[in-house]
Amino acid sequence: MRYIPHTEEEITSMMEAVGVDSLDELFSDIPESCHRKNELALPEALTEWELDDHIRQLAGSMPASSEYKSFIGAGSYSHFIPAVIPYLLGRSEFSTAYTPYQPEISQGTLHAIYEYQTLVSRLLGMEIANASMYDGATALAEALLMAIRITKKDDVAISMAVHPDYRRVIEAYFRPTGYTIHYLPYGKDGRTMYDTIPEKTEPACVAVQSPNFFGCMEEVAGIAGILNEQKTLLIVSFTEPLAYGLYKTPGELGADIACGEGQSLGIPRSYGGPGLGLFSSKEKYMRYMPGRIVGQTTDRRSNRGFVLTLSTREQHIRREKATSNICSNQSLCALTACMYMATAGQTGMRELARLNYDKSEYLKEELGNAGFRIPFSSPSFNEFVVEFPEGFEDLHRHLLKKKIFAGLPLEPYYPELKNHCLMCATETNKKEDMDRLVREVK
Amino acid sequence: MEQQSCKTGSVLQEEMLWEKGRKGKTGFSLPQRDVKSYPLDDSHTRAELDFPDLSEVEVVRHYTRLSQWNFGLDTGMYPLGSCTMKYNPKINEKLAALSGFTEAHPLLPVDHCQGALKLMYDLERYLAEITGMDAVSLQPAAGAHGELTGMLMFHAYHQKKGRRKKIIIPDTAHGTNPASASFCGYTSVSVKSGKKGILLPEAVAEIMDEDTAGIMVTNPNTLGFFEEHIREISDIVHSKGGLVYGDGANMNAIMGIADMAGSGIDILHLNLHKTFSTPHGGGGPGAGPVCVSKELAPFLPVPRIRKDGDGYVLDHDNPDSVGKVHSFFGNFGVLVKAYCYILSMGRELKKVSRISVLNANYIRTKLKDVLHIPYDRPCMHECIFTDKKQKAQKVTTLDIAKRLIDYGFHPPTVYFPLVVSGAIMIEPTETESKAEIDRFIDAVKAIAKEAEEDPSLLTGSPMSTRIGRLDEVTAARKPCLTG
Amino acid sequence: MKEINELILEDGFLYSTQHEWVNSEAESVRIGITDYAQDQLGEIVFVELPEVGATFAKEDEFGTVESVKAVSELYMPIDGEVAAVNTALEDAPELVNQQPYKDGWIIDVRPSDPSQLKTLLSKDAYLDLLKGTEK
Repeated sequence: MRYIPHTEEEITSMMEAVGVDSLDELFSDIPESCHRKNELALPEALTEWELDDHIRQLAGSMPASSEYKSFIGAGSYSHFIPAVIPYLLGRSEFSTAYTPYQPEISQGTLHAIYEYQTLVSRLLGMEIANASMYDGATALAEALLMAIRITKKDDVAISMAVHPDYRRVIEAYFRPTGYTIHYLPYGKDGRTMYDTIPEKTEPACVAVQSPNFFGCMEEVAGIAGILNEQKTLLIVSFTEPLAYGLYKTPGELGADIACGEGQSLGIPRSYGGPGLGLFSSKEKYMRYMPGRIVGQTTDRRSNRGFVLTLSTREQHIRREKATSNICSNQSLCALTACMYMATAGQTGMRELARLNYDKSEYLKEELGNAGFRIPFSSPSFNEFVVEFPEGFEDLHRHLLKKKIFAGLPLEPYYPELKNHCLMCATETNKKEDMDRLVREVK
Repeated sequence: MEQQSCKTGSVLQEEMLWEKGRKGKTGFSLPQRDVKSYPLDDSHTRAELDFPDLSEVEVVRHYTRLSQWNFGLDTGMYPLGSCTMKYNPKINEKLAALSGFTEAHPLLPVDHCQGALKLMYDLERYLAEITGMDAVSLQPAAGAHGELTGMLMFHAYHQKKGRRKKIIIPDTAHGTNPASASFCGYTSVSVKSGKKGILLPEAVAEIMDEDTAGIMVTNPNTLGFFEEHIREISDIVHSKGGLVYGDGANMNAIMGIADMAGSGIDILHLNLHKTFSTPHGGGGPGAGPVCVSKELAPFLPVPRIRKDGDGYVLDHDNPDSVGKVHSFFGNFGVLVKAYCYILSMGRELKKVSRISVLNANYIRTKLKDVLHIPYDRPCMHECIFTDKKQKAQKVTTLDIAKRLIDYGFHPPTVYFPLVVSGAIMIEPTETESKAEIDRFIDAVKAIAKEAEEDPSLLTGSPMSTRIGRLDEVTAARKPCLTG
Repeated sequence: MKEINELILEDGFLYSTQHEWVNSEAESVRIGITDYAQDQLGEIVFVELPEVGATFAKEDEFGTVESVKAVSELYMPIDGEVAAVNTALEDAPELVNQQPYKDGWIIDVRPSDPSQLKTLLSKDAYLDLLKGTEK
């Protein structure tokens, strides 16, 4: 097998050096009760060529973007990925390296992640960012726990307009803790209503998503002031960071913590993972932050260099008192996001964001003109909700047969939104395809 | 052969992204506009985005140069104990990048995603077969995430029967173990390993009670030994209604050999980026699936993947499930690579374990007279030494590790586990050839000699790298986290 | 790391088994960590101080001292209320290494039960403790 480089002679010679007559002897410490009774029942090993065939068949059965027209977002977005990015990620010094615990031979990763932290902070208008979390959902769960650590309170308020699957992850994380979650409803404009925070409760934080699950930009500026008086943190999360190439940032809105999904920044959808949890906060909360953090320093010869720092927050030192149990980040995905932001630059990010906004405004306008109701009037980015007439389910299925993924039906997530659909249009959706969609639904 | 082998070809200096670039450049081929521009009130728009503008060439040069500052697994040997730095097969990279996978939206109707669902279903079955467990979830995105999931399942299981507050954790455990337990509100109760470096049933029996949810055991453990008494220990824990969590980070030593279910494990996590060859990526993404016994299957995260006739469906209807731990199904792109690896190896996975253990014992045998060995007996896939012999020269584990860099090796794991002072933990894995291992052994011998004759070579190392030892104290005292 | 005979112990101070010193001269009792403790930790990067006015019982954790690779909890040697904290440590945590018994002091405490001071160790008793630790 080409991944095991030993010849039979070498194995024999090594066994001699160790002082055993067979490889079985090396496992003599394993008691009978723990030995497998049977050989591994796995398929016969495939050659590279057979494997290639088999996997191509599996991948080939998935919907290919050349044939299918997709108008779905909901936490996973279609964006153009420049060829330079997979090319540069293919450099094995990045992809096969370990966590940069030995900084002298990991300056590539460390320098790049420091740049990532910097660009993420600037994109979100925040003071500091960490080296990333697993995904947007776990990032938000960790943000809530961080707010609880900071304020020493034990309840949180979360908007119902936060991605439903993110809320489920939060519920799973919170179940053993005894902390309480208050849910804030959304109003007629598709945005969160805050007046339902119970009188006299001062939750550790109020968490909203902006753009929210309905695509609406949340109205946060007004609430930030009220929260600070109450010593309640404001958390702004997101599933589409590209929105901040255009819209006011969480930092400008007064967020204490800003976190969310970074998949849009050059990472393929890949059936939902790997993703990228962007995580940033005000500098004063630095020591409460979970996850790895890269910091700048110098070496003995005064050269600038980078290291993992503030490690005493982390599990390998703090153990049970750690800020989180997280050990890894999504390093290669963070690197991807930084390459994307570097490639797009200021000019590119602004133009891409603008294009996303304009494409989805066009689709919104055309659907509106075709007689469909757009229930939420708030400003949006690249997603919006459309209300279809009765019988929408059949229409949706019918469109699937025509290889059109016409958005995400919302009823399974919000029973009160029957016949409503979450549509998404990004820079990858052509006008002619949007026109065709509108024709088909009429 | 020349011993010191860390020399560079052409490794260039490179600044920060914002130190390069000029406004107006772009590296992105901006798409054509086929729609008009819609108005947006200025009150909504952000202040100027302070990103550098770079050309494509500058981006490529930047990252190419940065990559040359890294020592990757493709560069050389990474004998990191408990990390299983084995070769990352390139065919797996190619296949995970197929557009049918990369462009798939996770919320598409299942009948359009049968390829992905079959892959995940089969991977679950293979991991169950390899571990001897009954049911699997691929959702956790990392080992620590798998541990957290396991602890959430402990909690859910006990919640039905009566809450428990403690978890037994060996003193040799990885830091993520007590951190994950504490995430779920458990108090860690430490249990010491015995003289042989393994847990003793009596020690566990002494502290196991009806307020203890169970035990977290790494097997083989972080000292590199198989926990021989695991079955007895599991029985003790089970007899008081507790569960046994297995940290499967060291699975590479026992595939096709040990039966995890047979040793009494109820929940086990695996690290696909260790045992199953997916690349480490400089710190992720990995994947940490959990494998459980039949009894615990109802508590696994949802959705479960089920067979439905000839096809596959997602089953969300599991009332006892702990819920979701990831926004979608886990790190699918990583799962593809592990799946490819298992299909490429088949039953050869047993040979993988046998050779990994042979490699580690070979190193142990050759170095036990060079470095101090705290447990002088056969090991599994990793072996531990300390800096005790070098203390007289005021040379530490850290110095030895840094000097190995000058010899062209990534250092082994150092100062872990905490129970061994000055620990140096070496795990070669099965993908290192005898020649490479012999070179590593020679390097360690040469370094030990240098420690006696000229310790400044060690304390001043690494000397052949672009950057020397970094000031971690200032980095922690005055953190500078963004540019 | 220092040898036992290289360690500094201040005369007139009392010591705890958690390697803290207690200076009970003034009305407020001053507390810090010993030369042994700072030597074991290495270069200190951060000290987590309690709030002024907070009250703790004996053996409660009132703060932490961090080096790059380790964290040490600080435990109250006596019951009391925090009268003052050494804010100089916020910008210069290295004072704990350089002057553990003087400028590197950590908190001043108003003891609620001054008789508890009698339970602390004398300099000689603490030295014996250290010799026992080294074995």
